[in-house]
Order: sequence, then structure tokens, then C-alpha cells
Amino acid sequence: MSVSAPEVRPMRIIVCIKQVPKAQELQVDPVTQTLKRVGVPSEINPPDANALEVALTLKDRHGAEVVVLSMGPTSFDESLERAIAMGADRSVLLTDRILGGSDTVPTAYALSETIQKIGGYDLILCGEETTDASTGHVGPGIAGHLDLPQLTYVSEVRVVDGKVRARRTAEDGTEWWETAMPSMCTVNFGCNKPRSPSLTGKIRVKRGGLVVHWSCSDVGIDPKKVGLLNSPTIVAKVDTVKLPPREGRIFTGDAKEAVRALFEALIRDNVIAL
Amino acid sequence: MERFDAVVVGAGPAGSAAALTLARKGFSTLLVERGRAPGVKGMFGGRIYSWALHDLIPDWAKDCPVERYVVRENMSFLTEDSSLAISFDSPKLREGRAASFTALRPKFDAWLAKKAQDAGAMLVTGIRVDDLWQEQGRVRGVAVAPNDYVAADLVVIAEGAPSVLTRSAGLKSDLEPREVSVGVKETIELPAETIQERFGLGAKEGAAFIFAGYASLGLRGGGFLYTNQSTLSVGLVVSSEDLARKRIEVAELQTKFRTHPSIQRWIRGGKIVEYSAHLVPELGAGMMPRLWREGVLVVGDAAGFLINNGYTFRGVDLAIASGIAAGEAADAARAAGGMTEGHLAVYEKFLRSRNVLTDLERFRRAPLFMKNERLFDVYPRMLMEIAERVYTVDGRGKERLFDIVFDEATSASVPKLKMLLDLLQGARSM
Repeated sequence: MSVSAPEVRPMRIIVCIKQVPKAQELQVDPVTQTLKRVGVPSEINPPDANALEVALTLKDRHGAEVVVLSMGPTSFDESLERAIAMGADRSVLLTDRILGGSDTVPTAYALSETIQKIGGYDLILCGEETTDASTGHVGPGIAGHLDLPQLTYVSEVRVVDGKVRARRTAEDGTEWWETAMPSMCTVNFGCNKPRSPSLTGKIRVKRGGLVVHWSCSDVGIDPKKVGLLNSPTIVAKVDTVKLPPREGRIFTGDAKEAVRALFEALIRDNVIAL
Repeated sequence: MERFDAVVVGAGPAGSAAALTLARKGFSTLLVERGRAPGVKGMFGGRIYSWALHDLIPDWAKDCPVERYVVRENMSFLTEDSSLAISFDSPKLREGRAASFTALRPKFDAWLAKKAQDAGAMLVTGIRVDDLWQEQGRVRGVAVAPNDYVAADLVVIAEGAPSVLTRSAGLKSDLEPREVSVGVKETIELPAETIQERFGLGAKEGAAFIFAGYASLGLRGGGFLYTNQSTLSVGLVVSSEDLARKRIEVAELQTKFRTHPSIQRWIRGGKIVEYSAHLVPELGAGMMPRLWREGVLVVGDAAGFLINNGYTFRGVDLAIASGIAAGEAADAARAAGGMTEGHLAVYEKFLRSRNVLTDLERFRRAPLFMKNERLFDVYPRMLMEIAERVYTVDGRGKERLFDIVFDEATSASVPKLKMLLDLLQGARSM
């Protein structure tokens, strides 16, 4: 009987993503003054796409299983499928009506429970923040729940000798940090160029079975800790910035005279000084 | 590594017809389209002859997104401000296999691709395939990017006129300006009732127009107008060689065409909702690439399957027929032992049995004749002057018709012998 070599398990990277309305197509409802979410095309939250690219680069370099995780309605499948088409191995969507209205506190809790159910993780990657809420809470919240070392606002991640080495953007420069694994990093928006979906990836999506849906009871999430009622954030009011009305004036006639008149007006109104 | 029996590149009419046929014959089939959906990158004049569709999907009329069935054919010669037209009405135009209809590509292509999917083909969109995957001269599948290869026994190239893959597969040399025309089209919105009233049509009835002469400002080519349900497709197909030589922008040509009184009459009050342009293979059987090699078949526009004989523009019907023929050829080759060049040679036989090659060869001279510039400049003007003299009654005394024709013909700038030769060549090629 031969003795089999100890199984070398590839590194498992879990990337948390959110589906958000496409930034370029955002519209504010003129009546309610809130963001229109119906009928607006969606995309992977751009910083999350950067986090996914970090994971896929690590996969290219060292070999890894990349699992993508999201929480939201089943329409989020679109983004999870895109992530698989880009090169992720599989994905999990935590979807349950009782999660509706959850703010960052229950979200970080629910995601950390789901990550524990996935298990076997070496690295968790999140975007620095979402483009539709911009809190930046969820990544650090997950690290807190799972009691993991965390590096926030990183733009490059390397794995060296079983440790994570990451470049962190600080206010006055960059810092290189090293932590043991497992650990959690949040990734800077725009720090890389997320790859396009591949033909192979799109075929894998079509073959199906790579996006699984879990409910709260599948994961063992306490219903008393999620949803709108268990979210401490209260959105009291949303304001949109109204541009002040502008005075328009067209200077006509002889070009030299018109330019002179324009400059005189600008100086008079203290827009420019000579 | 993903693997299929067949990969079809391009989900236009040719590609979807091939994928549908292959899937029916039990091939695991991948249909790859570069647009985000079938048809969004597609462009054509606007009319489909249905005979090939009959062969592919006998009950196609049940759910095919037909805009209108063509019941009237029109051909007009234009000068700067006048037109001379021939119009043909017949209920036979819409009967059985002879029926033709106007269509919009996003709807039609999506419908046909769905049929292929229903038969079991896998459709993937948003991916452009520019290369075959080859090893030691053998075709092993398609290559999209480094590390993005898909294996297949057979690759069916249905990529359309630009034929990037056909060229990289070594089946065709680079495109020459004389081999392609430029097609431009504007889609003009008008209420369905207005279209029916203006053109004298019933609810599902449509009209097709072809324009020669001033339509293309005397450049080789012509104009077209098709009625859709609540839009009109109005455009031009013009020699790209002439465009380059005369330094005319095709958009400028289209504007001149659109504002011609004979076109304005039909489109007035309409709103331009779409502008599109496309390459059109123009030399018929003369520019055909090699149609197959080991592991590869070429179908549709990529194979140059287009007939423009001056009075009919045919592309989609030949595309569909060639797609069916490709599926049949693959099936026969598999039965014979595999996708070798020798086994796939049966493709030619299937193309002939569906009259694709036969029709192309028959009209082989048409593109050459259509390249005769006098056809687009001198002769329309001559016809128009004859018409003007025939129909103008101003009390100055009338000549006999024969005298007018004889006079116009002899005073034209073209030598009589040349004119006679043109007439002969025209008759033979059409």
C-alpha cells in the first residue's frame, strides 16, 4: 500500500461583492429626490471588481480557488455570473427576505456567518467601499466578527511564504504591511484594471450550477440580528445638491470689444483679478 | 478545457442556421456572438427572401418577427430632381416559398438564435473570436485570448463581411477596396397607419424600392427603401473604391439621397431614429474565399454569399441556406469518419443542392456589369430625358416616341457600339 502525499489544498480566497446601479447611469427621481434603482443597469460595485481582480491575479500567480460572495436579491446573480465569467471558481448568494433593509452592521454579521459556512478561507477581499452607500464599514466589520487581521485601503496584495504582504495607501504615502493568513483586506478603487469575461468563463456560467443560493436558515443566521429593525442606522433625510441658478450673458459684436466687456464683467464680479 | 463538437462564430442568420442544423443533428454546439445580443451588430438593407427559412423552419411564419410582407416591388432611376419608376404589384409576391418580408435584425437574429438554443446549441454573447486555435497546422478550436481556448472538431465561420477570422484562418487574402461596398442605412420612424396610407398598403403589407442613378450621385451603387411596421429603412450601397477615389463621405451621400424629392415624398414627417453602416461583399462568386479546410467551414457574408444583380439584393436567404448546407456537410463528414478537408468537400455539393453556388455563379457577371459606371450616370439621365420629352406637352409640337429614343441614343456621349455592348452584357448578366 502506498502512502499518499499529504493533500496540498490550494489557497481559498473569498471576495465579497455587491451589485450597484451603474454609476454613469445614475438618476435622481425629481419628485422623491432619491436614487432611482428600478430600470437602471447594474454593475459589480467598482471597488469590488478591483478586489476580484486582485484575487484573480493571485490565482494566476499561485493557483487559488476564488469564491465570490454577495448578499442581496436574486437579481444579483447577474454580477455573480459575471465574476465567474471573469475567472472566479464559484459563488454564493445569501438571499432572504428577512435580510431586507439591513444596514452595515447586520450585513457584516450575516456575511461573516456565511464566510464561516463556506469555511477553509485563507484570504478575504472586499472593495474599500460601495459606490451607492460609501460607508466602508462592511470589510472591517467582517474582520471584526471573524477576529481576523485586516489591512484596509490596499492597492496591491502579494502572498509570500504563506503570509500576506500588501501595499496600503496612507494619507502621506504608501505603507507595506505583512500579516499571517487568514486575513482580510479592503482594496482601493481603481488600483487595477478588472479583466473582461472570457469565453471559457461564460461557457462555465452557461453550464450552470456555479451560483448557489443560501437562505438565513441554510447558514444559521439569527433572524433577530438582521433586517431593517436590527439596523441602527436611521436615514433621516436625503438631500440632493441643487445648483444655484446661473446668470447667462452673451457678449456679442466686435470680438475685441466683446472680450474687453467680458473681462470687465469678470473683474467687476471678483471672478478674476488683474 | 471546454470542448464542443462544433463552434459557430457569429450569431447572424448564417451562424444561427448552422448552429440550429448542427444541434438538430446531435452536435454539441457553441454559438459565439460578439455583440451583447444577436443582431445588435447586424445590419442589412431590410428584406429577407423566405425560401431558405422554409427549409430550416417549415412553420417559421408562426412566430418570426416579420415587419411586413413585400407585395410591391419598385425600381426607380433618379436624376437630380426627377425619377422614372417601374412598379410591380402581385399577390404572387407573397405566396409560399416566394414570399419575402422586411425585418429588423435585432429582432430577427434574436429569434433565429433562440431557435438554435431551443434545439440545444449554447449561445454566448459579448465575445469576439479573431483566431483559430491551431497546432501543427491542425485546427483544434478557437482562440480568444491567451489561456482562453475552446476545443472543437469543427469551426463554422459566420462572422460577416469583415472576415477577420476567415483571413487569419488562411482562407482568404486581405480585403481590397474593390471587393467591398459600404452600406449605410437610416431607420426613419413613422406611424404604421401613415406608412400604410402613404404607400397604399394593407396592415401587414410592405413595399420594396430600389433606386439607381443620382441615388449614389453617379457612383457605382444604388439606394433602397423598405417599409417596416412603423419605420422605413432608407439607405445606400456604394462602391468603397469610388468613395475613396471621389473623396466623398458616405454620410454626405446619404443626406443627398434622403433629401431627394423622390425620397422625401415617402419619408416626410418621419424621425431618424437610427443610423448604421456596414461592409457589403461585392464581387459575388468572384471574391469567394476557400469555403472549407480541415476542421473549418465558411458561411454567409464571410463566404461572400451575396447577390446584387441590379434588381434584387440577396444576402440573408443565401446566409441561411449556406448555414443549413454547413450543418449537412458536417453531418456527412462525421459519418464518413471526421472533419478532414476531404470529407468536408461535400459542403460544395450541399451548397449546390440549395442553389447557393449555382445562383452566385449565374449572376457572376452581374457584379462586373454593375461596376460599369455608365449604368449609374449616363443611362439613367438618358432615360430621364426620353421620359421628359415623352410626357411634356407644352404646345410646341410632339415627336414620335421612336424618334425621341433614337435621337437621345444617338446624341448621348457614349459611342453606339459601346452602348450596344453594354446592353448585351447587361442582358446576359441579369
